Amino acid sequence: MSARNRFFSNPWGKPRFLPLVTALYVIWSIVPVAIAIRFSFNAGRSRSVWQGFSTRWYVGTPEAAESVLYDASLRAALLQSVKLAVLTMLVAAPLGVALAIGLARWRGALAKPANILMLVPLVTPEIVMGVALFLVFDNLYDFVPFGTWAQFLGHVTFSISFVVIIVRGRLFAIGRDYEEAAMDLGASQFQAMRRVLLPLLAPALLASFAIVFAISIDDFVISQFLIAGADTVTIPVKLYSGARLAPPPSLNALATLLMVTTIGAVVIAGLLFRALGKRGGEGGSALESVANFEM
Amino acid sequence: MPTNLASGAEYDTVGSKRWVWPAFAVPGVVWLILLFLVPFYAIFAVSMGQVDPILQRVRPEWNPIYWDPAVFGEAFADLFGGQLGVIALRTLAYVFIASIICVLIGYPVAYYVSRKAGRWRWLWLLLILAPFWINYLMRMMSWVNLLSPDGQVNSWLTTIAGWFSMDFNPPNWLAGYHLVVILGLVYGYIPFFVLPLFAALDRIDSATLEASRDLGASSAQTFWRVTWPLSRNGVLGGLVIIMLPMFGDYYTPNLLSGSPRTRMLGNTIDQFINQTTSQGALGAALTIILMLFVAGLMVYYLVTINKSAREARE
Repeated sequence: MSARNRFFSNPWGKPRFLPLVTALYVIWSIVPVAIAIRFSFNAGRSRSVWQGFSTRWYVGTPEAAESVLYDASLRAALLQSVKLAVLTMLVAAPLGVALAIGLARWRGALAKPANILMLVPLVTPEIVMGVALFLVFDNLYDFVPFGTWAQFLGHVTFSISFVVIIVRGRLFAIGRDYEEAAMDLGASQFQAMRRVLLPLLAPALLASFAIVFAISIDDFVISQFLIAGADTVTIPVKLYSGARLAPPPSLNALATLLMVTTIGAVVIAGLLFRALGKRGGEGGSALESVANFEM
Repeated sequence: MPTNLASGAEYDTVGSKRWVWPAFAVPGVVWLILLFLVPFYAIFAVSMGQVDPILQRVRPEWNPIYWDPAVFGEAFADLFGGQLGVIALRTLAYVFIASIICVLIGYPVAYYVSRKAGRWRWLWLLLILAPFWINYLMRMMSWVNLLSPDGQVNSWLTTIAGWFSMDFNPPNWLAGYHLVVILGLVYGYIPFFVLPLFAALDRIDSATLEASRDLGASSAQTFWRVTWPLSRNGVLGGLVIIMLPMFGDYYTPNLLSGSPRTRMLGNTIDQFINQTTSQGALGAALTIILMLFVAGLMVYYLVTINKSAREARE
């Protein structure tokens, strides 16, 4: 029996109070959302009186045009969010992986400033980044139109650092022994990278795709600051602008779909991390650092 | 930091080309320079620029030689004695109170899950992680649902009042209550406090606590003299993580009240940047002031962490 198990089987403190607080906390943190999800399946228009189960707010008829599937603005928000998340994922993950490899091994005088430049976005309040990007697209890069393009560039910018944090943990765990062995056996540097390092990094790379997808689709502030009219509204922006206008349950349905998508992406990332952990990586610490900064 | 990378220099002589590693970093670094550093600079350029008298919009000044900090004078005058000062004080009060509540609720939760939860620990961990992956706006929207005039909170309160045959006039919780906004902030950010604290508490070696007990300390003494000091950096880290976004928050007060009575600094910035064109310079100046304030917090945190790391080594 490990020290920790002994510790648990003989709790010295007064344990009554702690589980109670924790249970209340969990109920408090989850029940409001659970209620919102429940009312996305309401048969009636109300978001506070239960009128029976229905999926009309998800897939209702085209004639009524009230479901996520057939309400033009809700469907546009869904598509815009997914489009942005996919674009961001495809660009931010490779950029971040390359940056992580570069920063982990580059020993030049500029490596340290580059490392700081990578870390600062993680501790920059989103509103500051939102203002900065808005002003630069408004005044300097005026060839970039607001809307999808500006949002995409903004999303990639705040995603890169997360990828670097994830991949860096894995890189440190892998070390350079395998590559060195490959090169001793006659591989060139690029062969060693392609045949040894990349396969070892593959789970971290795939996990980065999933994490970037999740944080991009979840973003609100940057999307809102860089918006251009109704057709570039994303799901979080739609939730923000619609929540106070006594919306029908279709808004809850949209939010629920966002939640399911995010959790799906995170579960995929988690499974990849676990696969990685079994091979002796340090996936957990990377996930933790993402969680620590995730907003 | 693992040592197997520390000797990178020698590998560069084995067959690696020296330019390879920086070349990997270049695309990402260039991206961050163009889309993080330059935009950062743009905030300064706009705040120090002039308002174009005809177009009524700010003309940024990119050359620091011609920077005109007049707008900062305006901002500070308003901060110390104007309406902006009230908003800044309110922001400080909201963030301060919300942070204290986060510590009071979050510490027992993190402590229980990390040290006392036994074999259901994984389930508790899953449950405290769940809010992380539910969109912030969805979580706020859920409260808007509950707190709206015909929402569940009012119907529960009406039911309860009915039991005691009391007269209950359901209030509109979303009409500008300080408490509602503060609780909204707590609800929104507390998961981000609990998780790093959980990690810090989880790292404490049980043997340390057992040693304290073996040497005769009571469980309360063990907590105050061993566990708490060892977790203090986790508390500080969690506080930094929640305070940074809270100081810039504008969506929480907007969703849960929308009344000028609960305006925060972020609302003012949002308004100056997103909703008007002629106040851009003032909005940029406020962003810079907010940024410096938040950077001050960050530096305080880093200095404290470094100091305790040094003390631990000695």
